[in-house]
Amino acid sequence: MSLPSRLDSQQRQGAAQDAAPDERPILQVRNLNKRFGDGCAHCLPAHVEHPGNRCPRCGSVQACIDLNFDLYPGEILGVVGESGSGKSTMVRSLYFDEDATSGEMFISSCKNGESNLLAESAQQKRYIRNHVMGMVYQNPYLGLRMSYSSSGNIAEKLFAADHFHVGRIRERAAELLGRVEIPLGRMDEPPKRFSGGMQQRVQISKALANNPPLLLLDEVTTGLDLSVQARVLDLIRSLRRELKVAMVVVSHDLGVIRMLADRTMVLRQGRIIEMGLTDQILEDPQHAYTQLLVHSLL
Amino acid sequence: MLEVVNLTKSFELHVSQVGKVYPIQGLSFHIRQGRFLGIAGPSGIGKSTILKCIFRTYMPSSGEVWYDSLHEGRVDLAQADDRQMIRLRERELGYVSQFLKVIPRVPAVDIVAERLLPLGWSQDDARREAERMLERLRIPRKLWQAFPATFSGGEQQRVNLARAFIVRPRLMILDEPTASLDRETTSAVIEMLQAMKREGTTMVGIFHDWDVMEQVADEILDITLSGGGTMRPKPAAAGAQAE
Repeated sequence: MSLPSRLDSQQRQGAAQDAAPDERPILQVRNLNKRFGDGCAHCLPAHVEHPGNRCPRCGSVQACIDLNFDLYPGEILGVVGESGSGKSTMVRSLYFDEDATSGEMFISSCKNGESNLLAESAQQKRYIRNHVMGMVYQNPYLGLRMSYSSSGNIAEKLFAADHFHVGRIRERAAELLGRVEIPLGRMDEPPKRFSGGMQQRVQISKALANNPPLLLLDEVTTGLDLSVQARVLDLIRSLRRELKVAMVVVSHDLGVIRMLADRTMVLRQGRIIEMGLTDQILEDPQHAYTQLLVHSLL
Repeated sequence: MLEVVNLTKSFELHVSQVGKVYPIQGLSFHIRQGRFLGIAGPSGIGKSTILKCIFRTYMPSSGEVWYDSLHEGRVDLAQADDRQMIRLRERELGYVSQFLKVIPRVPAVDIVAERLLPLGWSQDDARREAERMLERLRIPRKLWQAFPATFSGGEQQRVNLARAFIVRPRLMILDEPTASLDRETTSAVIEMLQAMKREGTTMVGIFHDWDVMEQVADEILDITLSGGGTMRPKPAAAGAQAE
């Protein structure tokens, strides 16, 4: 299968350094690969397509294959694709939840953007994730400690980012929870007593506690009712506007992507099959799979 | 200001097995700074496709779309990378479609003001400017804090126009902006377009209403044959020279 022409022209332009000099990506990902399983001599090389990307001999699965992209400050990059296409594995690898099998990742505010963060030690990775990244999982149980207080959850993130002044931590927790419209009277209640939408908002405020320049959002609005969804979307947009946070937004909801993303990446079977301006992806999709996806939109 | 050379756009429909469709083939035209080009032709002939190729909602299949940018020099929009397009859309290019698609449950005034924030305006200044804009487009004051989803078609369209006009783009792309407006509002929009033209904005637009076209357009591009063919700019009727 040949790549659509749009991707080709992008790669050419990337090579020519066409971007304006004042623009420097905050996040660069190069040839990111993630394989589940040890792999064996019979595994097909990554560039060969085969059903399910699974090696029949050893059962290893190639979840992400040669992912390449840049993210700029204040930009929202949408990631769409069917389930099993590697969306979550990608963001989890970026957040070091999964160890990428190979590839490189650079963040401009870490070590001057020159060091491959995927090759750092576990301590360094923890430091980086606590200081410059925030992650919001689809399932709040992954991102929050449900039986701690909500303010305690935020304090945990701040402790991890080397803030130790209890008074200031409390102030910050109140400020953040206020931002996501959690009533201040309830800031010391554990999230398990909250509704799903509130839990999601607590999770967002926890992810934002250390003022990260980079936020990863994995299906944040999936499973929320529409009124809460609208509120979370508005929150995400105002965060981008006011704090200039760059975000990777994973969603299978194209409506959410249309509202949020400047650019969109389409994943299928672990590969980027198309990438471009969001309205272009939605209105003029080139790849057969993207057309199918877009035309299935209600 | 804008020079389109040999623009071709084809759609390859993989899903419905129609094969390739060629709405635009080998189209060339240009617009000079501060002029208004109207595009005319029967529906389905590819008028909107041309506009979307300029705004890069559609990726041109071949050809060149040269735009003289204030910040970035002379740019071929058909080749510009995505980041450059995002910057140009933020600062220089405006696009008004027939529909308003915005985040639900955000007040109209904020939807309009939002466009100014990436340009460095403060929240308060942006909101004041947005109110001025809504006033100019005759949206009742009591609706400013309401959600556009609850508006009538014409009101939504005016919010859409306000959103595009507020950033004072250098090149304005208009895809039937007056389609759902009554006569009075249409004349308010025409006044606004004429005022913008006096300020030096270059515009290209489609209007189904021939009266509107005559009042705003300096030149008219006739699209003749469907499925391709040639196009030629021609001078507008005498009424367009009123200024």
